[in-house]
Amino acid sequence: MPNSWNRRDFLKFSLAAGAASGLSFTLPATAADNTPKKGGHLKLGIDGAATTDVLDPASWISSYMMVVGCAWGDTLVRTDPVSGKAIPGLAESWESADKSTRWIFTLRKGVQFHNGQALTAEDVVKTLSRHRDPKFRSGVIAYLSSISTVTSDGDKITITLNESNVDFPLVLSLWNLQIQPGGGYENPNAGIGTGPYRIVKFEAGVYTQLEKNPHDWDSSRGNVASAEVIAINDASSRVAALSTGKVHFISGLSPKIVALLKSGPVTIYNTPGRGHYTLPMMVNTPPFDNNDLRLALKLAIDRQQILDRVLGGYGSLGNDFPVNSAYPLFPADIPQRQYDPDQAAFHFKKSGYSRPIVLDVAEGVFPGAVDAATLFQLSAQKAGIKIDIRRQPDDGYWNNVWRNKPFCVSSWGTRLTQDLIYSLELGPSSASNETHFANPQFASLLKLARAEEDEAKRRTLYHDIALIVRDEGGTLLPVFNNYLNASSNKLQGYIEDVGNDLSNGHVISRVWLNN
Amino acid sequence: MKSLIARGMRSTAPRHPLARAIIHRLLLAVILLWGVSLLIFAAVNALPGDFAAASLGRAATPEAIASIRQSLGLDKPLVTRYLLWMLQIFKGDFGLSWASQQPVSAQLGHRLLNSLWLAGAAALLAIPVALLGGLFAVRYLHRLPDRMITLVSLIILSLPEFLIGYLLIQVLVLHVGVSTFPSTIYDGMSLPDRLSALLLPVLTLAIAVLANMLRSARSALMSVTSTPWMETARLKGLPPLRILWRHAAPNAISPVLTVIAMNLAGLIVGAMIIEVIFVYPGVGQYMVDAVTVRDIPVVQACGLVFAAVYILLNLLVDMLAMAANPRLRFPR
Repeated sequence: MPNSWNRRDFLKFSLAAGAASGLSFTLPATAADNTPKKGGHLKLGIDGAATTDVLDPASWISSYMMVVGCAWGDTLVRTDPVSGKAIPGLAESWESADKSTRWIFTLRKGVQFHNGQALTAEDVVKTLSRHRDPKFRSGVIAYLSSISTVTSDGDKITITLNESNVDFPLVLSLWNLQIQPGGGYENPNAGIGTGPYRIVKFEAGVYTQLEKNPHDWDSSRGNVASAEVIAINDASSRVAALSTGKVHFISGLSPKIVALLKSGPVTIYNTPGRGHYTLPMMVNTPPFDNNDLRLALKLAIDRQQILDRVLGGYGSLGNDFPVNSAYPLFPADIPQRQYDPDQAAFHFKKSGYSRPIVLDVAEGVFPGAVDAATLFQLSAQKAGIKIDIRRQPDDGYWNNVWRNKPFCVSSWGTRLTQDLIYSLELGPSSASNETHFANPQFASLLKLARAEEDEAKRRTLYHDIALIVRDEGGTLLPVFNNYLNASSNKLQGYIEDVGNDLSNGHVISRVWLNN
Repeated sequence: MKSLIARGMRSTAPRHPLARAIIHRLLLAVILLWGVSLLIFAAVNALPGDFAAASLGRAATPEAIASIRQSLGLDKPLVTRYLLWMLQIFKGDFGLSWASQQPVSAQLGHRLLNSLWLAGAAALLAIPVALLGGLFAVRYLHRLPDRMITLVSLIILSLPEFLIGYLLIQVLVLHVGVSTFPSTIYDGMSLPDRLSALLLPVLTLAIAVLANMLRSARSALMSVTSTPWMETARLKGLPPLRILWRHAAPNAISPVLTVIAMNLAGLIVGAMIIEVIFVYPGVGQYMVDAVTVRDIPVVQACGLVFAAVYILLNLLVDMLAMAANPRLRFPR
């Protein structure tokens, strides 16, 4: 179905055309620099690693394991780096039936695992079954809850859902859903997949060594001959490793250091993403059960100041709903909420509440969380609202403070679709509904949008959903943060992918090294 | 109890004060370790949050959490869990890590070895310098060399370890280029490579503990040199270095050894910040990661091993002190 042209196909085609006509040999030097070079040993310094990491995709939650996982594994569906739409992966095509409740995927032929075993539809069925079984503790189990059955027949895989979902193929591009032989039931930590690189050595929280898979089914990827992913959790050490030439690429650059690095011989990647910071107010707990009070706080925060001072400008303004222009069907016409102390004072007075508001904060929630809270305190003061900041330890924050204190700070990573982020962050049945938002109109619109095949109608539905969340929800969303990464100038071909950080996890298989 | 131990001792070590003292201390160490195990268990289980919630992240469902809790035995009463753990320890087994499903002993052993390398090298560098520095300072007490040594060690003491680390990266890696960074250590690494990788963390740690050791060596020597019998030695006209070396040093050895041992233990179990900065796979990082995800078998095993390191080093210090100073063999 969605076999439209994408950047990779275009690249493949133009390369093939160039080679056939002998053009590639006569291209000027500058253009030649843009053609991928093969070979070399790539070194990356990536954060988010832990000694508790394992190769079992069910357990992955950090950026480090995303990079390692996307190097050795493949998902059934991939996403286009520019549009974020579903494109073929291990499934070469798919179609839906019964109002998007039944999905039939056709498996790519001639693909083999690193151990030489041929990929079968049965491997796919078992992989999905394992991630749906609570016994295997998969981090993506919640995304698969709408699946009722998965069956295979020859090279066809049929998935039936218990509700309509036109975006369903995107769910199968989740980076935890790497297809493993036998579904990974026997040895989930084997690290055997169909991806462009094979695991040579994996030492949790230390480093991972990878070498090119000579039998890769996709010849358009995997330029470097081998790669090493070094776990560097300390931000300053990552910068030191890049500056000393010990690694070619580093993740998680702090906004404060970008200005210093800019003068050096490095490339900075400032990629707009879908991640955002929130200050959730529990709509069922006083005083936040009063919409005037919530509006007062939403108007009392100076978003631009937080964007400039906390994010160093590397991000974009939030409008109190968890979707920005990186998502398709983003409702761009909704006016941006501005800092307005007078209006904030008006709503605060109307709410009838006059005591100080307590805000629970921990520095580890996002870089600069405490600074952001202090800026908020100052801007709210001008509206006559007193905010008391209560510092909390990082350890145990997500268990003890988040969803337990009525007003705190929180942060969200990227999700594949508007539906997923709304369902997870605000959905009535979600265990991560941080504001305890339970608006029946929102819930029914969300369900309608999920099943709506007409794009224009979906756009209208998502517009209405955003308005409800923005004006009645408990989510105070000041900013969306960009992904900040850096590389030495030797590294070329990094694709800034809207899907997720680190070129949607595919940094290793997309870049190449110049001498 | 005391008489029982004493009677038992007679058969193995009749009237041997040193051996008796050592066995006495060993028994105490075992009891201490058991007490520590109780404390560790209580503390770990009092931590808010649990592995089930931590490992599933933000997309956790209550059913999945309940299922994990049950499969790990977290639904059993505390006393049962403690007894099961003790039983396992007596079998010489730390169990499986909840997060990685790998045996804790293998992972811990591997990392402990790395930490021992680090601590050993740092100690080898720091101890002689600290002792000689201390002697030198006392030899020229209240004169320029002593003042300089005091000033430098005070400056180092007030610098946080991570700052020393970053400064060394700046100098040794960026400007001089003599060392490897990051300091990742892996199996099959050649000795020169290993040493080159170790250089940065070892230097940082050595500098950090050096000041502390030097100051305690200096003050221990000072308190000995102010005693009347030292005054006598001086009045006899003995050369100052001979007084320090032959008369003061053996009497000052006990407090200095204690400080060295505590610093050494700190190097083994507490070099977390250095491990993070230099990407060194030591045991400190292992425990911190385990605490973060509430991987209880790992946290408990680390706690016990850390306690054992402290207890063993203390034991060693006492024995060395007893060997150096016979008066200590007889309890007052």
